Amino acid sequence: MNAPFFKFEYFNRDVSLIIAFAIGIAFGIALEKGGFGRATILASQFYFTNMRVLKVMFTAIVTAMLGLYFFSVIGFVDLSLVYLTQTNMLPMVVGGLVAGVGFVIGGYCPGTSVVAFATGKIDAVVYVLGMIFGIFVFGEMFPSIENIFNSGFMGNVTIPSYFNLSYGLVVFLVVLMALGAFAAAEWGEKKMSEKSGKEKV
Amino acid sequence: MTSITKILTHAFEKDEGHVHIHIKEKPYSNPYLVGVGLGLVLLAAFVIMGRGLGASGALSTAVAVTVNKIAPKHAAQNNFYKEYVGDETTNPLMDWLIFQTIGVLVGGFISGTVSHRVKKGIEKGPRISTRMRLVYAFIGGGLLGWGAKLARGCMSGQALSGGAVLNLGSWVFMMMVFVGGYAAAYFMRRQWI
Repeated sequence: MNAPFFKFEYFNRDVSLIIAFAIGIAFGIALEKGGFGRATILASQFYFTNMRVLKVMFTAIVTAMLGLYFFSVIGFVDLSLVYLTQTNMLPMVVGGLVAGVGFVIGGYCPGTSVVAFATGKIDAVVYVLGMIFGIFVFGEMFPSIENIFNSGFMGNVTIPSYFNLSYGLVVFLVVLMALGAFAAAEWGEKKMSEKSGKEKV
Repeated sequence: MTSITKILTHAFEKDEGHVHIHIKEKPYSNPYLVGVGLGLVLLAAFVIMGRGLGASGALSTAVAVTVNKIAPKHAAQNNFYKEYVGDETTNPLMDWLIFQTIGVLVGGFISGTVSHRVKKGIEKGPRISTRMRLVYAFIGGGLLGWGAKLARGCMSGQALSGGAVLNLGSWVFMMMVFVGGYAAAYFMRRQWI
């Protein structure tokens, strides 16, 4: 048996939609359990008081990355069949900055707003309306910004292929970076709680 | 916009008159354990489907299909809408991301219900009015919708999924989200702390 299963046509498109629904449920449960249905928790990442966003995100990236790497080493998953979004450097830099500013102003990112919506947060309903408006504005602007959208094209490029490093080495470096980030996050949270504790006294 | 916030604020306030039986909500899970769980869900998506998770794509399809319904000629001249509407041989709403996003809605509700965390409310700090919070929610949602489309994905599709496959652009996007977020955090502090 070879993976990705869908690419080897072990099942058809209709079945894939049922799988999408099931994976979505698991995704939603994980986000809710992480506290990501609450804008106050998400935003606190940017004030160093609660680093859950960083911890959950980097743990998830490391887990999936290690799993995928292991599966490709043993020949189970064909990595070349796993979807890579093409890199367009300029729009990704600008889009990332705009999205980051929007994250702090709105308090959610698209996925977490769905979970907040599901757990009764009215600001998330408004956020989703805002998102629909933003996408519509982007769509209407598209003919005039199409050249920017397609600028800085680099194709399907990964960190190992771009820097000419082995895949395993980059995996190892990402794990090290994540561990460093976790240590910094735990230290920072402790410092911040000491500080706020003193202020209360 | 003002009338929308009024209606929503009103809907929220009305609820406060009722007597609720308060069942204590459970605390959120350990972030590292949640991270492993989320990582395994992502890994499952890669192994089964050969693709990662997403969120903003479902709304893009919904917007494109709506524009195409209302003004088909207008949509046909626009490559952004055309991409999401497709060539009309298949129904664009029978889409992986749409089904996955409906799943997120259901999963979030199930998890919230089990832990007694489904509660009507507005997430904000103590120093901001409800109305301003809702205005900011709309603006922030608008910026994220716009930015995610320019960057070809959001936190789910780019940072999380692209991050795990070591996609260069996804890592740049993720770093830029943190840069933008921390840069704007000072100006938004009244909303949150």
